[in-house]
Amino acid sequence: MISPAIAESIGRIRAIAAKEFRQLSRDRLTFGMVVGIPLALILIFGYSINFDVRDIAAGVVDMANTSGSRALVADLQATQVIHVKEHLRSPAELEAQIARGKLSVGVYVPPDYERRRLDGDRSVAQILVDGSEPTIESVVSAIASPRLSQRAGIASGTTRMIEMRTLYNPEKRTAVQIVPTLIGVILSMTMVLFTAIAIVRERERGNLELLITTPVKSTELMAGKIVPYILVGLIQTSLIIAVGRWLFDVPFSSNLLDLYLAACLFIAATLMLGLLISTIAATQFQAVQLGFFTMLPSILLSGFMFPFDGMPAGARAVAQVLPLTHFVDLVRGIALRGAPLGSMPGPLLKLCTFIAIALALAALRFRKRLD
Amino acid sequence: MNGEPAIRARGLTRKFGTLIAVNHVDLTIPRAQIYGFLGPNGSGKSTTIRMLCGLLLPTAGAAEVLGYDATREPEKLRRKIGYMTQRFSLWEDLSVMENLEFIADIFGIARVERARRLEGALAEYDLGQRRTQRAGTLSGGQKQRLALAAATLHRPELLLLDEPTSAVDPQSRRDFWESLFRLLGQGTTILVSTHYMDEAERCHRLAILDSGRVVAEGVPKTLMENIDAAVVEVESEEITAARAALTQIAAVKSVAQLGTRLHALLDPATPDPQRLVQEVFARAGVAGKVELTRASLEDVFVAATLEGRMQGEARVSRAAERVQ
Repeated sequence: MISPAIAESIGRIRAIAAKEFRQLSRDRLTFGMVVGIPLALILIFGYSINFDVRDIAAGVVDMANTSGSRALVADLQATQVIHVKEHLRSPAELEAQIARGKLSVGVYVPPDYERRRLDGDRSVAQILVDGSEPTIESVVSAIASPRLSQRAGIASGTTRMIEMRTLYNPEKRTAVQIVPTLIGVILSMTMVLFTAIAIVRERERGNLELLITTPVKSTELMAGKIVPYILVGLIQTSLIIAVGRWLFDVPFSSNLLDLYLAACLFIAATLMLGLLISTIAATQFQAVQLGFFTMLPSILLSGFMFPFDGMPAGARAVAQVLPLTHFVDLVRGIALRGAPLGSMPGPLLKLCTFIAIALALAALRFRKRLD
Repeated sequence: MNGEPAIRARGLTRKFGTLIAVNHVDLTIPRAQIYGFLGPNGSGKSTTIRMLCGLLLPTAGAAEVLGYDATREPEKLRRKIGYMTQRFSLWEDLSVMENLEFIADIFGIARVERARRLEGALAEYDLGQRRTQRAGTLSGGQKQRLALAAATLHRPELLLLDEPTSAVDPQSRRDFWESLFRLLGQGTTILVSTHYMDEAERCHRLAILDSGRVVAEGVPKTLMENIDAAVVEVESEEITAARAALTQIAAVKSVAQLGTRLHALLDPATPDPQRLVQEVFARAGVAGKVELTRASLEDVFVAATLEGRMQGEARVSRAAERVQ
């Protein structure tokens, strides 16, 4: 039997949640963003952000012009990393084209290529790389060294000493790595803003002044405001999973239940952050600003874009505070490595700690008073 | 119904930084009456009302509302009061009916009773035709009726109305006051703030607020009879000259123009104000009819707020003397 006080309280939470839903369904802009932002981001990230670089524009200066040198160039092109667009007559012309930005890579084969090949201790050819683009440089240097030395001949067999095998994403497709973590990025972009704005808007429009003089308790108000957005978050999660599967063949195979559980935790964390922001911001504009202020470090430091291991200690410490960092850990484990949720207590615990602290702070600051 | 007053405030004070918005306000508001707060913008009307319903904490002093301490037991109080904010604070993207339903649910009005009360409110406040219309598209008067309907849905014992008629036309104002008197008939105590003299005159009792202080308090009629000034009305063709002549007189505290007439407030200690003015006019060569007249509520308001200001100035000059 539920006590009448609790029944009343549930009634009030339900009334607030129902009202919030109704307003959400009438606010076309927000409603559009619920579906539009995930779709736009997943398409942008899925199609355009590609770390496995292919067909880099290259130029060739082949001063030797022997069957061996032609084979070398053909072999480089066969990797698909570079695409030979131009044949030039001198190294100077090659450098000029790179400087102009027409070419990103230049292959220079010296006239004495055949002699160098037999010599062994001098390099046989030179690859010029436009260093202003970091990914291109690393990709080209990776393909260049073993293949060139292999071609160079003599020391064959000893050159490839270490073999690399990629687990969990053998085809090295960026979409497989990115799309699951994108759930976290999209949720942090939208959830924080939606909740913060939903509350600040009521303060700005004077609705809160009226609500405060009713028997609604601040915890009920917070709960009623949050419930609809948990649902919105789950809709967005499902949308990303569905699009990821159909368009990018991301194998969300292993355990969907674990994935949704992790998503629920993360949604809770973002909603708490939104609540906290709403207690600080006085206007919707400030809420948006504060939302962006938390979003950028989340995207940059969470390990979503840049490897966590390469960050300085200070950045790593900041990243520990961000819920997205721990969600990225969890979602990579679940969606890519097939790890059960329970096998990752570290990030799980950190995410729960964040929720608890943010909830406590928000509840402390969320007063039913105007001052 | 008992003899206890609905509101009793003692030394109610609220500061915002260095600004004293409400300064030691004492109030005793009897039950089942309409009590008015009359004062210019920034006189502390809204801040006082907000403290009385527990929206703001007083810096000093205390208020007992319907037997509850307004600052310590606001939750208990909230079921018994209805509050209408100065600005329309219902949801503009919800319909009339949806707004009322939401408020009813918040107050935990049971389903069957809810339907009955909602229909009653729609009929009472003439909103039946508008039930599916979004609140944002209503006219000023309709919005105000909806706000009153929402504020009274839970049958509050005390209704606090913060400048409810500042954004509506005269006909809507009349209708609104009719509704207030109907609520009064049902035993509701009403506290209403306004800056309209005609509305203030309709109240049973009245407090005139100026710069956060209560500068006059009482029944409007008594306030007008016991005004602390002599009121002289001048009718003249040469209104500018008459005005100039009046302001020369030391005993004249204020002059206000009403069409072709001038209303002057004189120091009550003046022996024969009418003759004094006539003599000054004669000397200045101004033709005009001079009469002693009964004070209006506006005269009471001007006299009361003037006093406050002069006392303030006197305090400043005394302080300056002490410094020297």
